[in-house]
Amino acid sequence: MSTVKLTVNGKAVSADVEDRTLLVQLLRETLNLTGTHVGCDTSQCGACIVHIDGRAVKSCTTLVGQVQGANVTTIEGISRGDELHPMQAAFRDNHGLQCGYCTPGMIMSSIDIVNRHGGDLDEDTVRHELEGNICRCTGYHNIVKSVLDAASRMKVSMAAE
Amino acid sequence: MGVEGIGASVVRKEDRRFITGRGRYVDDIKVLGLTHAHFVRSPHAHAKVVSIDATAAKEMPGVVDVLTGQQLVDDKIGNLICGWAVSSKDGTPMKMGAWPAMAPEVVRFAGQAVAVVIAETKNLARDAAEAVVVTYEELPAAASIKAAIAPGAPQLHPEAPGNVVYDWAIGEEKAVNDAFGKAANVVSLELVNNRLVPNAMEPRAAIAEYNDAEEHFTLHTTSQNPHVARLVLSAFYNIAQEHKLRVVAPDVGGGFGSKIFIYPEEMVALWASKKVRRPVKWTGDRSEAFLTDAHGRDHVSHAEMAFDANNKILALRVKTHANFGAYMSLFSSSVPTYLYATLLSGQYNIPAIYAEVMGVYTNTTPVDAYRGAGRPEASYLLERLMETSARQLKVDPAELRRINFVTQFPHQTPVIMAYDTGDFGASLDAALKAIDYAGFPARKAKAKTEGKLRGIGFSCYIEACGIAPSKAVGSLGAGVGLWESAEVRVNPVGTIEVLTGSHSHGQGHETTFAQLVAGRLGISVDQVQIVHGDTDKVQFGMGTYGSRSAAVGMSAIFKAMEKIEAKAKKIAAHQLEASEEDIVIENGEFKVTGTDKSIALPMVALAAYTAHNLPDGMEPGLKEGAFYDPTNFTFPAGAYVCEVEIDPGTGKTEIIDFVAVDDFGRLINPMIVEGQVHGGLTQGIGQALLEGAIYDDNGQLVTASFMDYAMPRADDVPSFKLSHTTTLCPGNPLGVKGCGEAGAIGSSPAVINAITDAIGHNRIEMPATPGRVWEAMQLQQAAE
Repeated sequence: MSTVKLTVNGKAVSADVEDRTLLVQLLRETLNLTGTHVGCDTSQCGACIVHIDGRAVKSCTTLVGQVQGANVTTIEGISRGDELHPMQAAFRDNHGLQCGYCTPGMIMSSIDIVNRHGGDLDEDTVRHELEGNICRCTGYHNIVKSVLDAASRMKVSMAAE
Repeated sequence: MGVEGIGASVVRKEDRRFITGRGRYVDDIKVLGLTHAHFVRSPHAHAKVVSIDATAAKEMPGVVDVLTGQQLVDDKIGNLICGWAVSSKDGTPMKMGAWPAMAPEVVRFAGQAVAVVIAETKNLARDAAEAVVVTYEELPAAASIKAAIAPGAPQLHPEAPGNVVYDWAIGEEKAVNDAFGKAANVVSLELVNNRLVPNAMEPRAAIAEYNDAEEHFTLHTTSQNPHVARLVLSAFYNIAQEHKLRVVAPDVGGGFGSKIFIYPEEMVALWASKKVRRPVKWTGDRSEAFLTDAHGRDHVSHAEMAFDANNKILALRVKTHANFGAYMSLFSSSVPTYLYATLLSGQYNIPAIYAEVMGVYTNTTPVDAYRGAGRPEASYLLERLMETSARQLKVDPAELRRINFVTQFPHQTPVIMAYDTGDFGASLDAALKAIDYAGFPARKAKAKTEGKLRGIGFSCYIEACGIAPSKAVGSLGAGVGLWESAEVRVNPVGTIEVLTGSHSHGQGHETTFAQLVAGRLGISVDQVQIVHGDTDKVQFGMGTYGSRSAAVGMSAIFKAMEKIEAKAKKIAAHQLEASEEDIVIENGEFKVTGTDKSIALPMVALAAYTAHNLPDGMEPGLKEGAFYDPTNFTFPAGAYVCEVEIDPGTGKTEIIDFVAVDDFGRLINPMIVEGQVHGGLTQGIGQALLEGAIYDDNGQLVTASFMDYAMPRADDVPSFKLSHTTTLCPGNPLGVKGCGEAGAIGSSPAVINAITDAIGHNRIEMPATPGRVWEAMQLQQAAE
C-alpha cells in the first residue's frame, strides 16, 4: 500500500492504494469519477484518456505512482459549471457520439489535439491524430466534424485570451 | 409537425450526460457489500475437465467463494437455450448440444468458463482465479468448418453426428435445375464471409443482487433487450421467477447484436448472488469479450447464377456452410437461414432460387447475430456475383443490375419475402450521379499515370427490417413474438413520459421517440421523457435489434398516442362545451376549429386527474398503452458506390470516395439516421479491409485483442457522401423502414468489388489486407 497525493479536477486528493493500482482504477473506484472508461486491456482504444499536466494520457496503463503530485483532469473537470467546454458542445452539435462510451476519451484526446495544433487543423491531421481512439458507433465522420468545429471555436477563444 | 417533430435534426437529449462523463453504464454502478467475480477459463479449445481444485484459491485473502459447473448441475440450473427452432430439409429438428453456463465435464472452445471466483475486489478475484488448479485432458479440436465436416473429424456433441446442426434448404430445386439447363450463361463464385468480433466499446457487465427477505433478484446488465433477458433467465434457467426478477439495462455502450443474447457470465452472476448472499459484479475485459461475445458471419459459400441471352437472371443456386461455433447461441439458428437465404433475391427479379445451408459445430466461440445478421452475408454473396457476372458477360455493372431490378410492387420473391415498395432505379441513378460515374475512366487513367490502380465497385442491397410479424416468425420457428409495446403517461401538469420496450444503446431513442410525441402535440421534446431499459418500469418489450425500433417501437407509441389524443379531445370538448369532432391539436393546445376557444394541454391533463369535471362515465387519468405487431417486414434498400486506389507497391487500399444512397422511408431525425449509416458503413468497410477473427488449427483465437484484430480507426475511412431517396413504407403508420444495419449490409461488397475492378480479377477475400491484395496482384501478373 502507498499513499498517493495528486490534484484531480482542481481538488487535492490523497488516497491509500495498492501499489499496482492504475490511475483509471483510482479515478473510477476510489474517487467515483466514472466518466473515464475502460474499453480494452492493451492501451489501444483510448476510452480511458485523461489529461496529466495538460497532456492526453491513457489512464489504463498509468500506475498511480507515476502521477504522484501531478495535475489530473478528467471529463468531469472540463466544463465550467453549466457551461460546456467547446469540445463538448461541438460533439453534441455535430452528433459526434452515439452510445457515448468512447466519448469522454475522444473529447479529452481531441482537446489535446487542438491544444497542440493551435486550432489550425485539417481533416487528415485530425484523422491521423485520432488513431489512438476507437469508436465503434459513429464511423468517425461526425467525430472529425466535431473536432474541426471545436478547433475553430477554441481558436476564437484562444485568440481572445 | 413543428420544429422538433418528425423530420427535424434535433440535437440529442441524451448527449449532455455522455459528454460530461455522467452516463451511467453497468460498471459505473456501486452497491453496498459488493463482491467481484472473475471466471476461470479453459485454455484449450476442446478438452475433458478432469478435476478442479480450488482449495488454495479459497484460502487466499478476500476470497468469498469459488463456484464450479458441477454446482450449477447440483442446483439444477438449466443449460443455455437457442430460441429459434430450424429443421433440416429432411424434416428432422436441429441437433442441439447442451451448453452449461460453466462446463462441468467438457470444454468446447478456448475461453469457456469452468469456474468462478467471488472475492472482495476485482484484483483479488483475478489473483485467486490463477490459483484454481484445473486438470484437463486435451481432445483434438475442429477449429474450422472444413475441419469439422472432414471424415473422422473430432465430434463436439453426441447429439450432432458429423458436427452438423442442420442441413436446411429453401426454394425450388427442380425449377432452379431446369433454369440452369436452358441458361445462355452461367456465372459461379466461391465466397468466404469472414468471421467478425462485434466489439461494442463497452464490454459486457452484470451486477446481480439477491434480496433474501423478498426472495427477489435485481440484475443490472448490458442488454439490448432486458425483458427478453428476464424471460429467458426465469423460464429456462431455474434461477429466479419472472415476478421475482428485475432486469435493468441502463446506459449501454453499443451492442451491434452482441448484447441481445443471454450469456453464461450474467447468468452465473445472478445465481452466485444467491449462493454467496452478497451482490456480485462481473465486468468483462476486452480479452474476455473477444473470447466470449458471440461472433458474427463466418460463411463459406458456392454460388451460381444463370442468365438468358439478354442478361436477365433466370435462377440462383447457393450452397452455404455456416459456422455456429461450439454451441448454439440464442438466435444463432435463424441467422444463416431465415435472416440470410430469404434475402438472396436482392433487388432483382429472380424467377427461381434454391439455397442450401449446412450449420456446423466447431471448437470456436459461438456465432450469432452481428449488425445485419445474415443480410450482410446475402448481400455480399449476391453483389459480388452480380459484379463478377457483369465482367464475365461484358456488361456495365450498373446496367446489369438495372435491367434485372424489381420494378413492380408488391413483389413476391421465391424465398418468402414480399417486398412492399421501393424504387431501386432511383437510388442507383442518384448514386451514379453523386460519384460522377461518367468521369470514372478519366480518373482511372489519371491514377495510372500516378502509379496507382483505381477501381469502382457497386452494391445494391436490400434488407428485411422492422423485425418482425409475430405470426410469420412463429410459423418459421421463432420461440417469441416480435411485436413492441408502449405506454404514454400524460402527467397532471402536462409533461409526458413514454415507456417503451425498445432499448437505446446509441440509437438516440430519447430524442427520436420524443420527436414523435412532441410533433403530434406541438410541444417541445423537453416536455417528453422516454423511459426504457427497466423491467420494473416498462411492462414488457422485445428490445432493439434488426432495425426495429422506429418501425415497430415507434409504431406502438403512435398507437398509444392516438388513444391519448382521442381521450384528451373528449375532455377538451367537454371543458370547452364544443363537439369532439371540432377539436384540433396545435402548439400544445386543444382548439375548437374556426373559433378562438382553446385549452392548453396541461389544463386538459389536470382535468383528467382532478376528475372534477369529466364527461359522464369517463375514467379519470390520461394514460394509454398499446402493443404493435407489424404486418410485414420493412425493406430498406439502397445503392452504394465505392472508389478505391491501390498502391501496387504495397497492396494498400485507400478508399477515395464512398457514396451511399439509401431509401429508409420517412426519416424521423436525418442527423441521427446519417450517424447510423456512417457507423454501419465503417463496420462494413472494417469487414472488407481490416477485420477478421482468426483461429489456428488448435482452436486458439490468435486475434484476441485490439493489437491483433484490426478495428477501423479514423484514418482508415473517408468522410462519406450520403443522400436519400424515399418510398414510404406502407406497412406501418409512420412510413419508416429502419436504418440501423444498412451501412454494414451494403458496404462490404462495394469495397471488394472496387478492389476486384482495380486489380482486374475477382480472386480476393475479405479482409482485403495489403498483403492479400499484393498477393492477388501477383496472381494477375503471373497470369498475364
